[in-house]
Amino acid sequence: MANAASMPHAGIPAQHAPEPNAVPPQIVVADPPKGLERQPLVLNGRSLGSLTDSIAGICEGRMPIWWWPAFIISAGVMTMMATLIAYLISTGVGVWGLNNPADWAWDITNFVFWIGIGHAGTLISAVLFLLRQKWRTSINRAAEAMTLFAVACAGIFPVVHTGRVWFALTPGYLIPAPNANYIWPQFRSPLLWDVFAVSTYGTVSLLFWYIGLIPDLATLRDRAKNKVRGFFYGLFALGWTGSNRHWSNYEKAYMIFAGLSTPLVLSVHSIVSFDFAVSNVPGWHTTIFPPYFVAGAIFSGFGMVLTLMVPMRTLFKLEDIITTRHVELMCKVILATGSMVGYAYGMEFFIAWYGGSPYELYAFKNRAFGPYWWAYWSMITCNVISPHFFWFKWCRTNMVFVFFASIVVNIGMWFERFVIIVTSLHRDYLPASWGYFTPTWVDVFTFVGSFGLFMTLFLLFIRFLPAIAISEVKGVTPQADPHHPLGGAKGGHH
Amino acid sequence: MSFIFPKWANTLPLKVAVGAFLVANAAGAGVWYYLTPKYTRVGYTPKQPIAFSHAIHSDQLGIDCRYCHSAVEKSWFSNIPASSTCMNCHSLVLKDDPKLALVRESFQTGRSIPWVQVHKVPDYVYFNHSVHVNRGISCVHCHGQINHMEEVQHAKPLSMGFCLDCHRAPEEKIRPVELVTQLDWKGAVNGKQLVHDWNVKPGQSCSTCHR
Repeated sequence: MANAASMPHAGIPAQHAPEPNAVPPQIVVADPPKGLERQPLVLNGRSLGSLTDSIAGICEGRMPIWWWPAFIISAGVMTMMATLIAYLISTGVGVWGLNNPADWAWDITNFVFWIGIGHAGTLISAVLFLLRQKWRTSINRAAEAMTLFAVACAGIFPVVHTGRVWFALTPGYLIPAPNANYIWPQFRSPLLWDVFAVSTYGTVSLLFWYIGLIPDLATLRDRAKNKVRGFFYGLFALGWTGSNRHWSNYEKAYMIFAGLSTPLVLSVHSIVSFDFAVSNVPGWHTTIFPPYFVAGAIFSGFGMVLTLMVPMRTLFKLEDIITTRHVELMCKVILATGSMVGYAYGMEFFIAWYGGSPYELYAFKNRAFGPYWWAYWSMITCNVISPHFFWFKWCRTNMVFVFFASIVVNIGMWFERFVIIVTSLHRDYLPASWGYFTPTWVDVFTFVGSFGLFMTLFLLFIRFLPAIAISEVKGVTPQADPHHPLGGAKGGHH
Repeated sequence: MSFIFPKWANTLPLKVAVGAFLVANAAGAGVWYYLTPKYTRVGYTPKQPIAFSHAIHSDQLGIDCRYCHSAVEKSWFSNIPASSTCMNCHSLVLKDDPKLALVRESFQTGRSIPWVQVHKVPDYVYFNHSVHVNRGISCVHCHGQINHMEEVQHAKPLSMGFCLDCHRAPEEKIRPVELVTQLDWKGAVNGKQLVHDWNVKPGQSCSTCHR
């Protein structure tokens, strides 16, 4: 643009010749209009060194005062769950409220709830990486950690709901391995696919997370003030020196894992939905389940990411790195996936009517107006109505509102799984065996306990590992952009 | 990069990996070998209250299995003989032998001899002796060469896989019904023909044995 302006018009003689000693005209690049400019991903021109200091400093210094009561309460709640699981295993699954006809209830509800929460981490780490969404760098580390902890919570429920948990490890029951009984798992059952889907998901997520951690672990190793920290960070940093070759290998490995994880975002919850959709139970046997479950999983996952990130950015003063723009973008994902979930709820009812099966239609009428109406309408309120507040910028930028809305989203998604599982089962084919599921205190406190496990792991994660990917965040600062006025190529801050 | 690890640590990851690989394989092989019925059950030889020898009674004297285990052709259960069966002979043979004191006492009082059971399938397995021996499955296939045992020993694993091996290929084990108690019989027979003629259809579904 500047070039064109300085060129004389062709064919028109110059009105006056330039003076020989004139100062060359200063090239001024006008700032884009304020309304069009994007907010940078790291605010206040933070230098690269100050980013390292503020992120690494969290796990190097003493934890703030609030961390200790939070940790003690979480660990206590986790211990309560361990006790209740011991009670369950020593007594039998009868300590839970589930029984014919609702043979699945809170156990599988909790499983699907937790596994769904994990999906945001994988979406952020893999899909947004492949789509070059740079805003992921501020939140991917913690979201991936959340994924792992959610998978750990999810894994507990299907294992303990079998009652005799030791069979989970006996070859032939869950693990297909040759054994003296010639027993093999039923390969045509989605329950077995689930075992593979979830264990693959957990493994790939763990490795992906760990690979991303290596450069930051090396940073912590080099900053370590004592030998013990140096030893452990050094051990897991795998001898990282930051050489070109290391970075080259790292980038390749990261890309490969992003590619591997991307199908998992879709496959894991599709297969979880097959647990229901492959059966013949009215209310479960629908082809919309896989995409509907995946959308719901991402919806709930982003809800949980916000529940964790909004307090974290305030408590650790990370507002420059996890900016309002990040929170807004996550709210938009919630709005999009929440709308998909709402659409799926409507479409389920439409197909139940349009499909012409009286049993299917009955199952859905019973869902909304039967004895579990309160669960259904809680779900609708939380999942269909609440995300639409995020059409408004005020709602997306008010952190208190976002925090509570994200909790509402997760309450709604728990109710969704409860509604799908229990309302479909409690009135099955034989009216004589109809029943009403009521949870026992063991049901309730085991579920509460899983939050203890989740929070304990997350608090320990904040305590010992950098909660934000230091090296990646540096790559999205204005300084790292050679075309930015502050960027290195123009002699800005290095 | 600061120097945290001594030089010898360079080879440590490889050593740990190789060591872990070996330990994992050894553990797997150990479980495979020691925790399967081929090891845990085969060879079980409990001390019996009376030193009864199948070798003497069956092999030396030639008493048929069914003389004592008389219900095996009619019942799911192959009975342990009552002491009155023993006394059929032992009221005359070795009638004052101190080794048989417990048999005589049992015969007089009517209290059972506390034999220790050697072969036992779990309670959830419904095994029927009569259906097997009436379709030419010999005692020897599950109990081994009892006729040569001084003390009864668990000879076969009796795992579910063991049952299924035969249920999947009965023609390899089947023999003429009159030879079922001939534990030393090694003759050849057209197994497929017998399976066909007797309409032998061993089930392989769960409910064949677990009801």
